[in-house]
Amino acid sequence: MTRTINLTLKVWRQPAAAAKGRFETLHATNISTDMSFLEMLDVVNEQLTLDGKEPIAFDSDCREGICGQCGAVINGHPHGAEKGTTLCQLHMRHFQNGDTIVVEPFRARAFKLHKDLIIDRSPLDQIIQAGGYISVHTGGAPEANTIPISEDRAELAMDAAACIGCGACVAACPNASAMLFVSAKISHLALLPQGRPEAARRALSMVRKMDELCFGNCSNERECEAECPKEISIANIARMNREYIKAGFFSALK
Amino acid sequence: MQLDAKIPAGPLAEKWDKHRFDLKLVNPANKRKFTIIIVGTGLAGGSAAASLAELGYHVKSFCIQDTPRRAHSIAAQGGINASKNYANDGDSDWRLFYDTIKGGDFRSREANVYRLAQVSGNIIDQCTAQGVPFAREYGGGLANRSFGGAQVSRTFYARGQTGQQLLLGAYSAMSRQIAAGMIEMFPRREMLELVIIDGQARGIVTRHLITGEMECHAADAVVLASGGYGNVFYLSTNAMSSNVSAAFRAYKRGAFFANPCYTQIHPTCIPIHGTYQSKLTLMSESLRNDGRVWVPKDPGDTRPPDQIPESERDYYLERKYPTFGNLVPRDVASRNAKAQCDAGRGVGETGRAVYLDLSDAIKRDGREVIERKYGNLFQMYEKITDEDPYQVPMRIYPASHYTMGGLWVDYNLMSTIPGLFVLGEANFSDHGANRLGASALMQGLADGYFVIPYTIGGYLAGADHQHVSTSHSAFRDALGFADARIEKLMKLTGKRTVNDFHRRLGAILWDYCGMSRNDEGLKKGLQMVRDLRAEFWENACVPGSARDLNQSLERAGRVADFLEFGELLILDALERRESCGSHFNEAFQTEEHEALRDDEHFCHVAAWEYRGDEQVPERHIEPLVFENVHLTQRSYK
Ligand SMILES: Cc1cc2nc3c(=O)[nH]c(=O)nc-3n(C[C@H](O)[C@H](O)[C@H](O)COP(=O)(O)OP(=O)(O)OC[C@H]3O[C@@H](n4cnc5c(N)ncnc54)[C@H](O)[C@@H]3O)c2cc1C
Ligand code: FES
Repeated sequence: MTRTINLTLKVWRQPAAAAKGRFETLHATNISTDMSFLEMLDVVNEQLTLDGKEPIAFDSDCREGICGQCGAVINGHPHGAEKGTTLCQLHMRHFQNGDTIVVEPFRARAFKLHKDLIIDRSPLDQIIQAGGYISVHTGGAPEANTIPISEDRAELAMDAAACIGCGACVAACPNASAMLFVSAKISHLALLPQGRPEAARRALSMVRKMDELCFGNCSNERECEAECPKEISIANIARMNREYIKAGFFSALK
Repeated sequence: MQLDAKIPAGPLAEKWDKHRFDLKLVNPANKRKFTIIIVGTGLAGGSAAASLAELGYHVKSFCIQDTPRRAHSIAAQGGINASKNYANDGDSDWRLFYDTIKGGDFRSREANVYRLAQVSGNIIDQCTAQGVPFAREYGGGLANRSFGGAQVSRTFYARGQTGQQLLLGAYSAMSRQIAAGMIEMFPRREMLELVIIDGQARGIVTRHLITGEMECHAADAVVLASGGYGNVFYLSTNAMSSNVSAAFRAYKRGAFFANPCYTQIHPTCIPIHGTYQSKLTLMSESLRNDGRVWVPKDPGDTRPPDQIPESERDYYLERKYPTFGNLVPRDVASRNAKAQCDAGRGVGETGRAVYLDLSDAIKRDGREVIERKYGNLFQMYEKITDEDPYQVPMRIYPASHYTMGGLWVDYNLMSTIPGLFVLGEANFSDHGANRLGASALMQGLADGYFVIPYTIGGYLAGADHQHVSTSHSAFRDALGFADARIEKLMKLTGKRTVNDFHRRLGAILWDYCGMSRNDEGLKKGLQMVRDLRAEFWENACVPGSARDLNQSLERAGRVADFLEFGELLILDALERRESCGSHFNEAFQTEEHEALRDDEHFCHVAAWEYRGDEQVPERHIEPLVFENVHLTQRSYK
């Protein structure tokens, strides 16, 4: 049932990377419980604009949980406390009238802050550039059905490939590690026969890149899996470790 | 001006092969001397960037999002067509071609559409090789499903996340080229101007969305793959940043805009439930494979769906179109849903919805099978509506989704500005007056992987190119122009937010230039859009500053363009004195209320030329010549 609620927000405001940030208290009034969290922020921003103030800067694009552009830490949880939900898909019906909600950007050593809730996640792209692909030129592909892949293997690969690259796993991890993100890509490709020829090189170079970019180590805290909006499993991390060790021991690539 | 589509001579099935042979080649050693700008990293721009970089060109790639992987294409759900005939149900290049031409209500170019069908199979091969985890049969082969407007099963898919997986494939190919130094990537950039030197597209002006810095980029050719303009309706299934600006800036520099009135309203979206709503969510058309659309027979029946017995339900699509049933093309399904609601048979709180019911399929196949096919869609539905679609039929209603219109291009995908190529949803090329499901992904990837790599070579090898740099006066002028516009926007300190104007514009277009149009409404809408635009420049409010991260300013620029473009859209609808596909003018309909074409007078593409802000744009036509198919009244009965 639709209700309207009133909320107090404590929102991180920071004009620029080098500037000092602070929490600002704002009021969100007459919020329909059918709104998404971002629509609630839209309403707050409309009012700020009319009041001659600067609206809160936050990222979003698809608003249906697939692009990975949105994200903020809500009461201590990346994308909020609902399981398997991105911030754009978090609805206000999960909040109570009178709640105070703390809204902060994803924080991690590897992610610089741009403004308010907007951060720089380009290190994730750099990790993919280090080997998160299969080296095939356009035009050089064989007939698709010449590579049979069992249905369950394809499903497993798809489970890993569902990662949206939002960075919540990094924000959730006490060590700000990107292991879940990296392992999802390594698993997706390692599970498919097309990805095997480069599996060793890929594992080594992606993991090295991650370390180089100041992401922390994995100490098995499992926070990443708990907060991942796409519920990517940490079984991928185990798979990645196997690939990495295999690559280190048995391959000529070091 | 005579529009020359440059369609190669010869039999339909041989045109593309022959043309590829006839196109001049660029010497491999020379390729790296050519710089190509690509605006957009969706399926069209991403696949083009990777493929051109692999060939050795120097590519500069731009997108609005913080990384190329987030382009709007990521949201595509249902699938991608290809004429592989894996299902052995009689598919062929010819059938895919014919279905697409017919689905588009005979308003697209035969040669382009045939080429699309021809390369469709290569796309599946390419994506599979990249590691796209398409759904599989138990035997290990690729699985297929059916989509609207076709009676064969030719749609490949990766759960309900096909666009995501295809885009991640293109993104991974791009990433490899970025690492190799062949693509220079510019994320968080917005193209604000196209730069033309000696009549050729030679660069762009962009704004850095983090710093607000203005930048100039020079090149030997510019490729626009900036997506569609569905957000002109404010509420649509498009991503928040989808815009017409890149294409509209090019239009103002001389590129013709074709068929802007062909806007697709998708039949299966989650209905509107509040004024604060920022976007609408699609429920993939693939659900119509297993779902049955119905409304109560009696107007005003407010009983919950499970209390309405079979005999008091009207499965109106199955009743009216026994052959295609729930799988009629989108325009037909949308108009029928609207008609049911207009007649008072709509359901839900607002009465603007119909049921999409999967309970028969769940009974037949079991919940697990349905979950595997559509699980993420059901989850999305439940998150938004707080209703469990496994228990209660979904409520759906049409919403703005896709735009068939776009910049006019010839067979080489080049616009009326030499050196400006347009790919993907941003061009007008292949879908006529209505696009069939699962064919936008196919077209974007066909354009990027398999067409532009050849045709851009033909252009670069053929033309006499002087090297230009950003110190050329044309860049200074374009930069000055873009800056002046920003300054003008920053001066707006009125009483209404930019969003408010956008919402209003959307409402006007939805009411007067939406699923069903008439002359009186169109004329009224036209005046309303003009008035709204005037008010925008008086009373809009843009906070913040220009040389900073300023999302209000970004939006203001896009909405200002939509406000001008909205007028062109209505104008085009007014001038097309027929109904076809998605363009339905009530004055032109069959006795059974289907779109009635006028092939004698309107079997053509309308391409609009900008003549100045105070001038009416000029309408040019490209006649459509059908040599291989017979024009018929579309029938899905
Ligand atoms: C919800 C949804 C589901 C869909 N499902 C399907 C489906 O199942 N099958 C199917 O075939 N089709 C589907 N479609 C349609 C299809 O997804 C799109 O038509 C297609 O992805 C468009 O691709 P594109 O590459 O042309 O543009 P887009 O993916 O829209 O990319 C546009 C790019 O241009 C950039 N850009 C735009 N403007 C500027 C600017 N001014 N400056 C710099 N960069 C700019 C953007 O950042 C982005 O990178 C769906 C569409 C939606 C909305
Ligand atoms: S906005 Fe795309 S995932 Fe949230």
